[in-house]
Amino acid sequence: MATDLLLRLLTTPAEACSLAPAQWDLALRQARRAGLTARLALVLEEAEALGAAPTTARRHLGAAVVVARRLAQALEWELACIQAAVAATGAPVMLLKGAAYVAGGLPAARGRLFNDVDLLVPRPQLDAVEQALLEHGWAPMKLDAYDQRYYRRWMHEVPPLEHVRRQTVIDLHHNILPLTARYRPDPAKILAAARPAAQAPGFLVPAPADLVIHCATHLFHEGETDRALRDLLDFDTLLRHFGRTEPGFWQDLVPRARALDLARPLYYGLRYAHRLFHSPIPPAVMAAAAEHAPPKPVGWAMDWLAREGLRPKHASCRGPSTGLAHFLLYVRGHWLRMPPHLLLPHLLRKALPHWNRHRAAKPARALDKV
Amino acid sequence: MNLRELPPEDIRRRLAGPGLCLRTGPITVRIRSRLPAVVHTLALLYADHPVVAEEAFCDFHVRLFQPAGLRRWWRPQVQFAFDDFVPFKPLPHDHAFPMLEWGLNWAVANHAHWYLVLHAAVIECGGRAAILPAPPGSGKSTLTAALVQRGWRLLSDELTLIDPDTGLVHGLARPVSLKNTSLPLLRAWAPDAVFGPPAHDTLKGTVAHMKPPPESVARMDEPARPAWVIFPRYVPDAAPRLTPHPRGHALLEFARNAFNYSILGSRGYDTLARLIASVECFDFHYSRLEDALATFTRLAHGD
Repeated sequence: MATDLLLRLLTTPAEACSLAPAQWDLALRQARRAGLTARLALVLEEAEALGAAPTTARRHLGAAVVVARRLAQALEWELACIQAAVAATGAPVMLLKGAAYVAGGLPAARGRLFNDVDLLVPRPQLDAVEQALLEHGWAPMKLDAYDQRYYRRWMHEVPPLEHVRRQTVIDLHHNILPLTARYRPDPAKILAAARPAAQAPGFLVPAPADLVIHCATHLFHEGETDRALRDLLDFDTLLRHFGRTEPGFWQDLVPRARALDLARPLYYGLRYAHRLFHSPIPPAVMAAAAEHAPPKPVGWAMDWLAREGLRPKHASCRGPSTGLAHFLLYVRGHWLRMPPHLLLPHLLRKALPHWNRHRAAKPARALDKV
Repeated sequence: MNLRELPPEDIRRRLAGPGLCLRTGPITVRIRSRLPAVVHTLALLYADHPVVAEEAFCDFHVRLFQPAGLRRWWRPQVQFAFDDFVPFKPLPHDHAFPMLEWGLNWAVANHAHWYLVLHAAVIECGGRAAILPAPPGSGKSTLTAALVQRGWRLLSDELTLIDPDTGLVHGLARPVSLKNTSLPLLRAWAPDAVFGPPAHDTLKGTVAHMKPPPESVARMDEPARPAWVIFPRYVPDAAPRLTPHPRGHALLEFARNAFNYSILGSRGYDTLARLIASVECFDFHYSRLEDALATFTRLAHGD
């Protein structure tokens, strides 16, 4: 079926040998919309199935790998610049998500695209680190007073910082979930267990279990689903890697998630990674995680939402109920972020266009440059 | 089969349904749109381009449509989607065709990284290509349009695609974008040339596209060997003047303006350095198209 063409190629790359040109065409659209073109190229290459692609498709796959390599290289440089800026504060600076995969030398970084650099620092040192970045060329992105207040008061990060010359963006966090969220992980525990980053001197990366748990938490707390499939593939790649290389990884995973108050998102991650990518999860781990499953009706609803939300955002993957599912995921993302008495005024405010001027004022992409 | 051989009803049906697949040199695009302005102008300006089977592999899927909502009736707009993704803000409705052209340029510049993509026009005569890099407003497109109406072959007016393996330039032979005062100038210069309807008040002023000469489209699969890099500049009332341009400077200029130079890394540098080493570089100041044609003809004949 066309809907899961990309997923099939990622999990069973040997199928590439039987694709017609029109299917290669479709696979590339789906991969592009999921941000997985370079990853698909590398998966096919490893399975020695890249040769099955027609030249026309292969050059797109190759181009995506070139871009991914360039982004990874740019990220390394960016990390060096950030390190130079924050070193004097003496604060421990932990990398999250894509930056952590690169800095940790992990296979999840391969063929991955990077947008922002996510940092986490202890809250007492947040101001000092932010100040250091401001002094080294990063500036807060333009937000109106409401959004500034919203970030400072309720969020787990300061408003995004953009470098004035390189236009790179840093998300500076002091927690991994908003202060108003349902679950209350203690960032101090994650920082305490963090390890030095193998490929980025001076930085920390979360311990293996924490990296995996954070990946699932991020994925299942987002209302936006544009990169959901990519994030779940990251999760699967981390599981496979640490399952092989990290002694005690599987035994510690669920207890650690419990200690961080994040057992529910870990359960979802394991469930859907197993479903979509056949992640090799020991049955005992799956059973322990399942103790944190939601009540049955919620679980059924979640299965449906996940099935829809984890598809590439391409017309070929859209079913009759996809629109509704995306809307519900958006509402769910907000629901998990804040209690209703905060959420309702916030959504109302976001829905009214004249209160939302900073959005409209964003300059159009430079069409006149091309 | 060329687009002109396809009955108008068929063109409309494909554009409204599965998409019309057109080949422009090495790039094949699948275009979808129900907007009459797009259907008509496309049929007019791409008449000589080959139509590819519906089930073929296409490099890019693009769609032009009216965004939903009240704007359908009040100051209607047009939106460009690339593989179902909307990269730009909508434009006024009557900018639909320019938006298609700009969107296609954007798609090639941001994805065709198997080429070094320079921001420059490129034309060919006698097997040798002249690359014309220039900032907007320098008269690059005007000069390109004028020369391809008098014997030069059009490869592209915006995107110079260089194959890093061979150093050859590949052409797209797509319509040439002309602005403001260039339009009456070109109509007078080439009364038989075909133009799409002008779009007013775009980001670049009034814009209309000129149909590429049929010979250029017929030969679009022939790559060309770069021979000259010429920085054109329109200077009112100036006599034509062709002067050597320092190579090092030309390289830096390209590096600054190329679309994917930094993405290609050392391969981009090697390709560019090889290009610059193999061509003659000039500055060209002119005010009259007759003078420009004379200069370029002399260059092509090696005098």
